[in-house]
Amino acid sequence: MKLAWEHYIGLAGLVLMAAGNAIGLFWAPPEMMMGDVGRILYVHVPAAWICMVIYLVAFAGAVASLATARPGADALVESSVEVGVLLNVLLLVLGSIFAKPTWGVWWDWDPRLTASAIMCLTFVGVMVLRAMVDDVERRASWSAVTTVLAFVNIPVTYMSVRWWRSLHQVQSSSSTMSAEMWNVLWLNTVALLLVSIWFVARRYRIARDRADQLRAPPLEVAP
Amino acid sequence: MTGRPLAAIAAVAVAGAALAWIGMGDLGENLVYYWSPSELVAAGAKAHGATIRLGGQVEAGTVDWNPDTNQLKFVVTDGQEHIKVASVGAPPQMFREGIGVVVEGTIKDGQFATDRVMVKHSNEYRAPEDGEKPDIVTLSEDGP
Repeated sequence: MKLAWEHYIGLAGLVLMAAGNAIGLFWAPPEMMMGDVGRILYVHVPAAWICMVIYLVAFAGAVASLATARPGADALVESSVEVGVLLNVLLLVLGSIFAKPTWGVWWDWDPRLTASAIMCLTFVGVMVLRAMVDDVERRASWSAVTTVLAFVNIPVTYMSVRWWRSLHQVQSSSSTMSAEMWNVLWLNTVALLLVSIWFVARRYRIARDRADQLRAPPLEVAP
Repeated sequence: MTGRPLAAIAAVAVAGAALAWIGMGDLGENLVYYWSPSELVAAGAKAHGATIRLGGQVEAGTVDWNPDTNQLKFVVTDGQEHIKVASVGAPPQMFREGIGVVVEGTIKDGQFATDRVMVKHSNEYRAPEDGEKPDIVTLSEDGP
């Protein structure tokens, strides 16, 4: 049996993820001020980046779905919104675990954290909307519009640390991070990206199959 | 159903307009997560009574930790004004002189009374160099 292409990407992602986590936990140096706690960076930041990338895919799918009404575009919205929410929840949980030992609190309503929570809620809203609308075409156009609108908050979330005062620090870059940490961060980011592509592709196939079943004409019953 | 390119353009236009409105508007003026010491002093009596957040640096040489009473006193500054802060309980492990903090509380008896001290971390992540050890401060019995 021939494996679907996405399984190879998923396998590569899992291998890289195992390596990236092992390197992040055991090989990478502790951070000067945070010590070992700083290692959460290697999973928290990739979750944030890839979450936003996957939401960007959902946005592109939504625009394409509105413009062309192709079932494939709608399936892409369905799959990427779901995987985006999964990464969003991961982002919030990891961020909270990171925050307690460093900031001293699990949560605070600073602009970045609030925007990230809204980001999660709005895309959960898209999922709820999809679950409530049975008509395939209506579901496609409604969820495309709401996905485009929900996406407004993604640049806001990204920029929130620069636009407003916040507890969350501004984005790190290769110039604010030791090279051996930056490289581990990127390894884990690529790993999570590959795993996420795998998830979206698998979920896309399920969405296509389900939509095809709904669109198929009812079976004629023999007399 | 056929596609509706106009609907797609309209949706993106609405989204773009909303983003521009948020990004270029003066929401920042109204959305203030914390006050600086200067703003707090300038606000005068208006700042009294309400629960607010104060943000700034922990001024060097002002940290006074009493392990017996669990009381922590320090001064928060923005380089211009200096606000005395009185807090209860051990602060987060990254708390130290010169670091950014956000404290939530009220002005009481000329001091900022708080039970919620949050430490800001910069966007710098540095590995220890040869011979260095992570500089983790813990407030022990001996003080910071």
